[in-house]
Amino acid sequence: MNPHILAATTGRILRQLRHDRRTVALLVVVPALLLTLVYFMYVDQPTPPGQPTVFDRVALIMLGFFPFIIMFLVTSIAMLRERTTGTLERLLTTPLAKLDLLFGYGIAFGLAGVVQATVASAVAYWVFDLTTAGSIGLVIMIAAINAVLAVALGLFCSAFARTEFQAVQFMPVVVAPQLLLCGLFVPRGEMAGWLQAISDVLPLSYAVEALQEVGAHADPTGTMWRDVAIVAGAAVAALVLAAATLRRRSG
Amino acid sequence: MDDAVSVRDLVVERGRRRVLQGISCAVPRGTVTGLLGPSGSGKTTLMRAVVGVQTVSSGTVTVLGRPAGAAELRRRVGYLTQAPSVYADLTVRENARYFAALHGRDHAHADQTVADVGLAGAATQLVGNLSGGQRSRASLACALVGDPELVILDEPTVGQDPVLRADLWARFHAMAAAGTTLLVSSHVMDEAGRCDRLLLIRDGRLVADDTPDAVRAATGVEDLEEAFLRLIKASEQEAEA
Repeated sequence: MNPHILAATTGRILRQLRHDRRTVALLVVVPALLLTLVYFMYVDQPTPPGQPTVFDRVALIMLGFFPFIIMFLVTSIAMLRERTTGTLERLLTTPLAKLDLLFGYGIAFGLAGVVQATVASAVAYWVFDLTTAGSIGLVIMIAAINAVLAVALGLFCSAFARTEFQAVQFMPVVVAPQLLLCGLFVPRGEMAGWLQAISDVLPLSYAVEALQEVGAHADPTGTMWRDVAIVAGAAVAALVLAAATLRRRSG
Repeated sequence: MDDAVSVRDLVVERGRRRVLQGISCAVPRGTVTGLLGPSGSGKTTLMRAVVGVQTVSSGTVTVLGRPAGAAELRRRVGYLTQAPSVYADLTVRENARYFAALHGRDHAHADQTVADVGLAGAATQLVGNLSGGQRSRASLACALVGDPELVILDEPTVGQDPVLRADLWARFHAMAAAGTTLLVSSHVMDEAGRCDRLLLIRDGRLVADDTPDAVRAATGVEDLEEAFLRLIKASEQEAEA
């Protein structure tokens, strides 16, 4: 890796994003609109005494979902374009190292995820009065790591799609099971054993647990740090797998 | 060793088809060598093998004294793909500056290269909004911006107006005079006369490897298109005999 090439690549990806104002607007605005929906869905639901409100429970986890879902989609399409327009093959004939490109995407879309999570969290905390025992900074940090994980998975999955139609189909394949089994709909401890086993190997489960730890504890807990480390480790593993899909020579 | 590229017995198979059937040729340093042949003859495959992005079945390709595709060559070889491979959602200038940065060149150098390919007036336009010819020149700027010693250009003049085409060829010769080696493909025979040397391929085989004048002399005709027709006929008769 070369720091100048990595910086140039990150800047190039962010510049592409900046030229696409509509995408930027959607990235920033949509999570806030969805949080609004969630708020009004649950506003009249009774809260059992001593428990967090349903909105607090759901909105906190959604703050981790947004960057995960959206960055996965954005990255798989962006990387697929690199493959289909020939820019990837061209990049690989230059001094750029594979990791310069992959980390460039990780950093650029990770930053986009931070911006998105910050706006969504600000709306959740200050407009809808989201209450967590831990700090908003930890929530944004976990959301950012989710974004990086999603970028890494998107980079990897783009290798298995030939068209944009196929690439978007990977979202239900990769994202939906993680959403269903992460513990939002049914607590992980109450799932059937085999479902729990699947949930245990899906990285998003740990991101959700980390967010729940922030919701319940004023200070970062050991469980939270362990979960964050697992998600970060999964992101690195996916980046390594993605690097293996980049071939300088082809038929 | 004065050859920038030397290809020996190169065979490339794609699926069951032999795209290149044992080609041997050389590209001398500091020349503009034309790679000519009809569409589907294997020009792009041969260029990809020289750049080192093509999986080869057998044979060797040596580029600037190294095996093609060696890591060190990535800063010494520039490659223009046939379809313009630039970012449509960036401006011409942003594309050139990015590829310049990959080669350790600064913004000023990138901007100069954009001007060199005649795109100074379109530098701030998004590549996606350009005409086909302009887009292909934007891609050319990105191939040249690293000042490569060897430049592989796959049909760089397609879709360019005649004045620009003449400008580009003048630029290629100026680069060659300064020591750069250029391998330029074309399926338009009228460009053959502009090259220092010619490689003619057809159906994955080399039909001619000579200077334009030698090709004319050997066939006894002035027109290169006619000369190539005769060479092809002669090689077919040879194959039948």
